[in-house]
Amino acid sequence: MFGQVAAPAGIRLKAGLCGSFAGVMTGMAETDKSASRPLSPHLSVYRPLINMVMSILHRMTGAALYLGTLLLAAWLIAAASGEAQFARINGFFAHPFGRLVLFGYTWVLLHHMLGGLRHLVWDTGRGFSIAQVNLLSWLTIIGSILLTLALWLVGLTLRGEL
Amino acid sequence: MAGYRTPLARVRGLGSAKDGTEHFWKQRVTAVSNLILISFAIFLIVRLAGADYATVKKTLARPQNAIPLLLLILSGVIHMRLGMQNIIEDYVHAEGYKVGALLLNTFFTALVGLVCAYAVLKLSFGA
Repeated sequence: MFGQVAAPAGIRLKAGLCGSFAGVMTGMAETDKSASRPLSPHLSVYRPLINMVMSILHRMTGAALYLGTLLLAAWLIAAASGEAQFARINGFFAHPFGRLVLFGYTWVLLHHMLGGLRHLVWDTGRGFSIAQVNLLSWLTIIGSILLTLALWLVGLTLRGEL
Repeated sequence: MAGYRTPLARVRGLGSAKDGTEHFWKQRVTAVSNLILISFAIFLIVRLAGADYATVKKTLARPQNAIPLLLLILSGVIHMRLGMQNIIEDYVHAEGYKVGALLLNTFFTALVGLVCAYAVLKLSFGA
């Protein structure tokens, strides 16, 4: 059985062997060219797509929140420590730099939240058409910006600064 | 006892990480609880914007605020630990560094969680 199959296949194999053997010879002769052989495509060769940017932002905002939790920890520790410590941390948050950090933290939090909501939708098996994926991605970024602005508008109004 | 189990039964649902879909599922459970608890925390913090120390202290000490905050701290640090574990496993390939980073991840999130919870409890039970 093996011989029967091998005979016709062998003819084709011969040509194939010659080809690959020639290829090996050329390869050996031109080893310096191996450095320029094509690599598998990576991030930098793709045109940025909205869902890809949102995916990267989701991980980046997650990592930022990981460290940003220290802000919440500092605020809670200060509140539990006493009035002087609480005044100091509030002084930092009221400073323009502190405000900028808090504003950034708000957006990062809301963006990660909406991104997570989008992932929960996908976890149900829905929203995978290209149009839906793009819509959900745009909703994430636009929604996070609008929500951040709305929250700060309310917060600053409550503080009597607007 | 384990000897009577078929090879398929022993590996079913476990996968290469040997803990099945636990990581995926816990990440989703804490994502949902974070959605609820963070919304509450944002509401609480915006309401406290510009409030004086006595008001902040009194508000945070109320059980209806302290208990959701404690839940948020628990749910938040579990979610943080799982997420950072993903990042470490994706980018740190050297076994030694990876194990070290995973350990630090666990220690950091446990410490942050406990410190925050301690602060909330101290406010609740009289600071």
